This record gives sequence, C-alpha cells and structure tokens, in this order.
Amino acid sequence: MKHISVIRIVVIGNGMVGFKFCEKLLAKRQASQQISITVFGEEPRVAYDRVHLSEYFAGKTADDLTLAGEDWYADNGIKIYLSDPVVDIDREHKLVRSHHGIVVQYDYLIMATGSGAFVPTIPGVEKDGVFVYRTIEDLELIQSYARKAKKGAVIGGGLLGLEAAKALLDLGLEEAHVVEFATRLMPRQIDEAGSRMLQSQLESLGLHIHLSKNTQEIKGGDCIEGMQFADQSFLEVDMLVISAGIRPRDELAKIAGLETHPRGGIIVDNQLQTSDPNIFAIGECALAHHMIYGLIAPGYEMADVVAAKLTGGAKEFLPFDMSTKLKLIGTDVASFGDPFIEEPACTTVRYENKAKGIYKRINVSPDGKTLLGGILVGDAEQYNMLLQTCKNKTILPPDSEDLILGSRGGEEAGAGVMSFPDDALICSCEAVTKGMLCQEVSEKGNHTIDSIKKSCKAGTGCGGCIPMVKDIITGTLKQNGVYVRNVVCEHFDYSRQELLDLVKMNGLKTYGNVLDTFGKGDGCETCKPLVASLLASLWNESILQKDRAPIQDSNDRYLANIQKGGTYSVVPRIPGGEVTPEKLIVIGQVAQRYGLYTKITGGQRIDLFGAHLGDLPEIWEALINAGFESGHAYGKSLRTVKSCVGSTWCRFGVQDSVSFAIEVENRYKGLRSPHKLKSAVSGCIRECAEAQSKDFGIIATEKGWNLYVCGNGGSKPQHAQLLATDVDKETCLRLIDRFLMFYIKTADPLARTATWLNKMEGGMSYLKAVVVDDVLGIAAELESDLQQLIDVYQCEWKEVVDNPELRKRFSHFVNTPAKDPSIQFEEMREQKRAKEWA
Amino acid sequence: MNTETQTPTDTQVTWHIACEVSDIPEDGGGCAFIDGKQIAIFNFARRGEWYATDNECPHRQQMAVSRGMIGSHEGEPKVACPFHKKTFSLKTGQCFNDDAYQIKTFPVMVRENLVYIGL
Ligand SMILES: Cc1cc2nc3c(=O)[nH]c(=O)nc-3n(C[C@H](O)[C@H](O)[C@H](O)COP(=O)(O)OP(=O)(O)OC[C@H]3O[C@@H](n4cnc5c(N)ncnc54)[C@H](O)[C@@H]3O)c2cc1C
Ligand code: SF4
Ligand code: SF4
Ligand code: FES
Repeated sequence: MKHISVIRIVVIGNGMVGFKFCEKLLAKRQASQQISITVFGEEPRVAYDRVHLSEYFAGKTADDLTLAGEDWYADNGIKIYLSDPVVDIDREHKLVRSHHGIVVQYDYLIMATGSGAFVPTIPGVEKDGVFVYRTIEDLELIQSYARKAKKGAVIGGGLLGLEAAKALLDLGLEEAHVVEFATRLMPRQIDEAGSRMLQSQLESLGLHIHLSKNTQEIKGGDCIEGMQFADQSFLEVDMLVISAGIRPRDELAKIAGLETHPRGGIIVDNQLQTSDPNIFAIGECALAHHMIYGLIAPGYEMADVVAAKLTGGAKEFLPFDMSTKLKLIGTDVASFGDPFIEEPACTTVRYENKAKGIYKRINVSPDGKTLLGGILVGDAEQYNMLLQTCKNKTILPPDSEDLILGSRGGEEAGAGVMSFPDDALICSCEAVTKGMLCQEVSEKGNHTIDSIKKSCKAGTGCGGCIPMVKDIITGTLKQNGVYVRNVVCEHFDYSRQELLDLVKMNGLKTYGNVLDTFGKGDGCETCKPLVASLLASLWNESILQKDRAPIQDSNDRYLANIQKGGTYSVVPRIPGGEVTPEKLIVIGQVAQRYGLYTKITGGQRIDLFGAHLGDLPEIWEALINAGFESGHAYGKSLRTVKSCVGSTWCRFGVQDSVSFAIEVENRYKGLRSPHKLKSAVSGCIRECAEAQSKDFGIIATEKGWNLYVCGNGGSKPQHAQLLATDVDKETCLRLIDRFLMFYIKTADPLARTATWLNKMEGGMSYLKAVVVDDVLGIAAELESDLQQLIDVYQCEWKEVVDNPELRKRFSHFVNTPAKDPSIQFEEMREQKRAKEWA
Repeated sequence: MNTETQTPTDTQVTWHIACEVSDIPEDGGGCAFIDGKQIAIFNFARRGEWYATDNECPHRQQMAVSRGMIGSHEGEPKVACPFHKKTFSLKTGQCFNDDAYQIKTFPVMVRENLVYIGL
C-alpha cells in the first residue's frame, strides 16, 4: 500500500516574496503531492504591494495594495497567523514557535523575513517626528504627522530616499530636504554626470539637496526640531524620514544558528538553501551570490526556484539583473546592464541637454555590436527598449547613437519590440517572455492590458513593462493582419478625427443621430463624452440641450467639478486674473452663505469647494448677478489666461500684458477642445506669468509679441516652442485661431497640445508651416471655423440659471429637495475639507 | 409611455413610487430616496428599458452611481461611476473591471407615468 504523506511547509514572513512563494507553490504542486502551508506574518495585514507603497499617499487604500485578500489564503487551505512573528526555531525537532505561543512542525521552512530600514545610530533618532519608510503603518504615521509639520527632511539620497522626499512634498510640506552622506545622488545606480542632472531636476521640483552631509545629532525636546551636521551647519526641520539603506532581517536566523553574513543576510547557495538543508531563505533577507537583492524581480525569481524545488522540479538562482527605473519622483531615472563600464572595455555615447534636463549614456561593446548598459535621466522613455536590447544581446544598428537620439515614435518602438527573439524576457517580475505574450494575443484572444494581466500576470509586479506589453499587443495584431486603428470604442469603428469629419459633413447635432448613423450598440462612457466634445467643438451649442446632457462627463453635465465626497466646486471666470474689490466681496459673501472652502488656484482665480449639487444654481445666480461668468473649470476647454502685471505697474514691463490677457481670455472662453487649454501673457522677457509652460503663451517684446505653443505643466512638463516673433496683436490672435482650430480638428481625444505635437510627423517645423505659412491652404477655413464658435458663445451657467427645466436637474434626489445625507466634511484651518476616502 | 415592466418581477417585493417618468432624463439617471435608501434609477430610452441599482459605488463609497453615464458592453447594459469609471452591469450589478465589486439591482415598473421600484 502506498502511503501518502503530507509535506508540511512553514513560511516565515508574509511580505511580497513570501506571498509569491505560496502562489507559485500552489501552481506547481503535483496532483500526487499533499502539501500543507502555514504562514506567520509579523505585520497586522496580509501581504501587500510594497513597491507601490507611495501610492498610498496618492489615495490608494491598504485594500487596493493588497496582493490577495484573506479569503484567498482560506480558499487555498493556507493557515495564516497575522501580527504573530516567529520568535524561535527548534531545528532539531523541526518546530517553530510564535510570539503568541503557537508551535508548528515543518518539513521545510521558508524564511521570507525581508528587510527593515537601516537606522544609523545618531543621537536623537528616538524623538517624535523621526520615521522610516517601509510599511503601511509607517506611512500612516508619516501622513498624520505631516498634517502639522512644515519642514521635512530625508536622510539618504538613494532610490527610496528620493521617493520618500517626493512624497513629503506631495503631502504638502513647505520644504523637503534630502540629506546625503556621499558627494552625489544615487551613486550606486548612476554616474557623476547623471547625478548632477538629476539633482538640478529635483531642485527645480522644489526639493532641497544637501550633499556630503554627515548627520551628527538630531536636536529637539520630545519632538525633532533640527539636524546638526558634522560640518557645524544646522538644518531646522520638524520631521525626518530615515532612508539610509536596508538591513536584512536575519535576527531569527542568527538565534537559530544559521549561517549569516557579518554585514547582514542569511547565506544561501544557488538553490536558496541555508546552512540547514531543510531551511530556505528568499527575498531581501537572503544573501545570494554575495549580495542582497533589494528589488522585487529577483525576489520573485527566488520564490520560483524554491517552489520548483519542493515540487520536484530543478532550477537554479542565477545572478540577477539589477536594472531599475525609479518611479514617482517627478523626473525619470533609470539604469540598466552595466552602467559604469568605461573605455576601452566599451565605447560610450553620451547625450546631455541641460535646458531640458536630460542626460543619457549608453555603453556599447567595442565591436559596436551589442549594448552593455546605460543610464537615462530626465527622459527614460526608451528604458524598456534599451533594457531588452541589452539583456537579449540584440545586434545593434550601425549608428548606435540613434538608440538614444532621434525621436523614436510609438510605431518604431513597436517594430523594435517585435524584432526581439521569442524568449526575450518582457515582464521580469512574473517571468513572462515575448513568445508567451504573443501567444496570449494570437491564441487566447487577450487583446487588452487588463485581460493580459488577468490571464498571465504580466505587468502586475513593478508595472515597468506595461508600455512594451502594449507594443507587443499592437505588433502581434498587426502581424496577424489585423488592421489596428485607434478606434474610439466598441460602438464606433472610427478614429476621433474620422468621426469629426463625418459628423461635420453630415451636420449631425445630437448624440443619438451620431450613434444611429455611424455607430452601433448603446454607447458608453468613452464615446459619449468624446462625441459631446466633437459636437461642442463643431457647433458650440449648449451642452445641456437636446439629448446632450446625459452624454457629458459628470463634470460637464453639472457644469462643476465633482470632488471627493460628491460635492462640487465652483470657479467663476476672472479674465487675466484681474478682479475688482466689489466682485471679490461677492465671492466672499457667496462662500460664507453656502459654507464653501475657498482657495486661490494656480490659474489666478478663486475656487469654491464643497457645494451641494442642489445649491449650484443659486450660487451661480448670485455670481452672475454680480457680473461673473462660468469659468469652464469643469470642461475640456479654455481654462485661464494668466498674466503678470506688465507695463501698467511693473517697472520692467514693455507691453500691457494684463489688457492683452483679458482680450485673449474673452476671445477663447468656452471653446471646447480635445483637452483643457491653458494660456498666459507676460509683460517682458522675465516671464513672470510662466507663458512658456502653457498650451499657448505670449511674451511681450520691445517690438510686439512672441507667441509660444504646445507647452505643458502637469506631470510631464514641457516647454512651449516659439511659433512667431515680434508680431502685432492682430497677427498674434490670427495665429492662435489657426493653431487652436488645427489642434481641435486633428488631435486624439484627451491629448494635450504638447502630446499632440510630440506625435506630429515633422514636429514643430511642420506645425509652423501649416499655421504660419499656410502650406495646406486651410488657414482661412480654420479662422472662419473658429470665428463661428466665438460668435455663438453663451455663458452655460446663465442658460441654466434662466431655465427652470434645466435648473430642475440640479438636485441630488428626484423625489425630495433634501441634500445627500451621506456627505460629510472635516474641519481644517478654520475651513472645511472633504472627508477622507473610507 | 406605455405600461411596462422591466427586470424579472419578484412576487416578494413591495413596490414604492419613486418619481414621475419625466424626472429621469432620457438615456440618463436620477436618484430617489426610498425607505431610507438611495436608489439610482435609469431611463434607458434607447433600449426602451428601465433599471434601478444602489446609488452608492462600492469602490470608494461615493453616492454617485445615478450621475454615471450609461451604455452597453457587448450588448449588456451598464453604468459607469463618474468617480473612477468602474462600470457595472445594469442587469446583474456585477462590476466589469473588478470582480470584487458588485452593486444591488432592483426591479422597476412604469405605470401611468409613474416609476415604481421594488424593494
Ligand atoms: C517604498 C519602497 C519602494 C520600493 N520600490 C521598489 C521598486 O520600485 N522596484 C523594486 O524592485 N523594489 C522596490 N522596493 C523593494 C521591494 O519592496 C522589496 O524588494 C520586496 O518587498 C522584498 O520582499 P520580501 O518579501 O523579501 O520582504 P518584505 O516585503 O519586507 O516582507 C517581509 C515580511 O516578513 C515579516 N517578518 C519579518 N520577520 C518576521 C518574523 N520573525 N516572523 C514573521 N514575520 C516576519 C515582515 O514584517 C514583513 O512583512 C521598494 C521598497 C520600498 C519600501
Ligand atoms: S514679466 Fe516682466 S513685466 Fe511681467 S511682472 Fe515680470 S518683470 Fe514685470
Ligand atoms: S489638483 Fe491636480 S495636482 Fe493637485 S491633487 Fe488634484 S489632480 Fe493632483
Ligand atoms: S467611487 Fe465609484 S469608481 Fe471609485
């Protein structure tokens, strides 16, 4: 009789790698194998995505970050103890004992205890206001402390330190400092020149960087008040995050007498076996090939190796690639392969553009055939391409500098990925190759990122491979003869531009008509607002009349921006940022009467938050009676035209920038476009209105005005480029007319002008040729189309205020005038704010 | 408007008057307060169908489903929450983007210009 024995496996640590091990073990288990899994976790919650921990500050909840819910463990028969660390291992009897006294027997023990933040012994580290950055609890503490803090610092200018510093800035601290012991930032990943460029980029984001600083003492009473450095300088701060490196959690292994390294880490061989053959160590606690791999992809690979071994497979953990791309710090940084290798062992190509803050370096083999490594700062768009080219030893083109120079548009990149061999590893976190992805697309019919994620997990780890996965989907579909067009959605088999032409030629004015004539099905949240925007750009008729109200995005439908909690914000237009005291008083009175939070916006106007849906018409009635108009803050349309005070008051001003800004804003107000439009006018070359960061910006010169276009602030800042020099006002407006209409007609949905230009073949010189030199002969038509839109402009809010039928729609309930009882606010600095997401 | 019933009528439900037909925009939604609950009601005029669901979106507990856009996904009627665009089947309430989320659906009956919801 064959005796089926159960293999008892105990996992210590329920972090990312410990979880991945369980998942892989279940997947690889043989039908004949009986396995029992017990997991001990020290943290109070099941494993979550630590790599994207910072997104917790951006609104993700602990639940969103969870890798698999508690039911997953239950459903798979895994016994899990949380908040209960293992405190003792009895290797002789193969028992572990937990803090709460639970004793479990093992056949194999997996140590996945990860690492903790390394905290140097500086006097004063125990003070309140000093944190580390590792767990959700750490972030909760930081978040609540940051509410009352003004100046924060981070010790450590590495990968994690910079991410933490950016997080402090995003949490609203007035100052965020980075204190680094070395002479430059990220010394382990990038070279000297890259560090310098990164530093200047981070400084322009508002971070203060201090190099070669040795923190001697943390000063203060119970709470931190400042940092004293060895060079006698002092930095006043009221909170500090320590991110000076990681320390493998090997304390338990040491107690158990396993072999550990003097500088930390449980020593393992290339099977991840420790000095005890029944105990394995994986993830950040393991020291393999003489190093700690502080990244998730090698951790997952370790989990895979051990899972394979325990289920009868054979696999080896090989030295792993340490390429990284930094996320979330507002500027791109990446390094891959061997970034530091020097001539003559390679040929190095460098590219530096100080104005744009870009530094790139690639190291090519001396024979020019393969890529050995490189560094990207400021623009890492080619990271995935280069990484794969490097890893797969793809033969390079003769002019290898093309790899980092020259604009490689989306299509070229697609062709690039398709030239990789089938076994090229695309998602290193989940070990998915190009061949597997092509199969997903061709044979399993997974044509979207979402379905690919579900079916083979590619892209669910660090997420860095997603752009390439997209390229592979498109590339494979193309190879299969599927003609891929940027069609709107399942209801319209046309691109935005095609649909715009069709709607225009046929004079269609309602969504129902457009859907009946050119679409199928019942529409959706993608095509409805898109058609709404086309109709508005073509005819500029009220967006709430006929069948158009329910096809607007929620913000457009209620002519206000929906905010956290379900209330709305109100933004009256203040052209050029000029406002009379009388009008200001009315805004104050309205805010008082309806209990609104008030804030000055970045676009020189005033935003009133927290309005109940049902109050909106009355609020606007009061504002309109005082002479205000809708500010269209809710629409994909012209927002503001900022201005500096110009020659009327400023001693440097050479033209009256305010008057021109008001004229420009009044001309284009209400204009609907593929995305929002921002503008500014500066009174002289000093550029106080920041016109070069706008979709169109105007700067006064001695002789007239310079016009810049296609700039962008936001998450991917881009400077505007010069379109015309020293033109008079009329010419300037005519050029803007043409530019805007050309954009409206040809841009993809939700593409800002900067993105539109970046994708345009021929780029700026082509745009100039069309707008200024009229090579297409369409200038007159563009101008008259725009003039038509200006002629029919009406204030949308005035229409609603004057129309009882439309007013009726502004009520939370259809059967009672009551307000939404679930809306809740919190107090903050004598005003209110929306309650946090539950 | 003709007398019509949508969604399978359960004999156990109690019918509540929610509003008049004209209170809900065609191909749009509105929210009614019934029995202490917020119910989202949709007039899917294009399909000649009515639907009712929870007004609260399970993703971030926002009372906003009634303000969402309706449409179809491979023929199945759906609504998209305006906050983060999670979409839900109007027939089953199942979320299309994330299996973990689901909203309740309720039967709707339209008689003599009045909209009734079965709870
Ligand atoms: C803010 C941040 C950003 C990061 N960004 C990236 C990135 O962009 N790319 C990248 O590749 N990597 C990144 N990392 C690193 C990545 O998160 C780690 O490599 C990965 O989490 C390691 O997984 P692990 O399971 O080994 O350790 P952990 O995730 O730390 O899990 C170990 C778990 O074991 C528990 N434990 C310890 N001792 C015991 C005990 N005795 N009993 C029970 N439980 C115990 C710990 O409490 C912990 O929950 C980042 C890390 C942080 C903190
Ligand atoms: S841009 Fe010139 S004119 Fe305008 S405020 Fe600055 S210095 Fe004065
Ligand atoms: S206002 Fe803009 S930058 Fe600020 S939190 Fe909202 S989306 Fe982000
Ligand atoms: S609250 Fe509905 S999708 Fe987020």
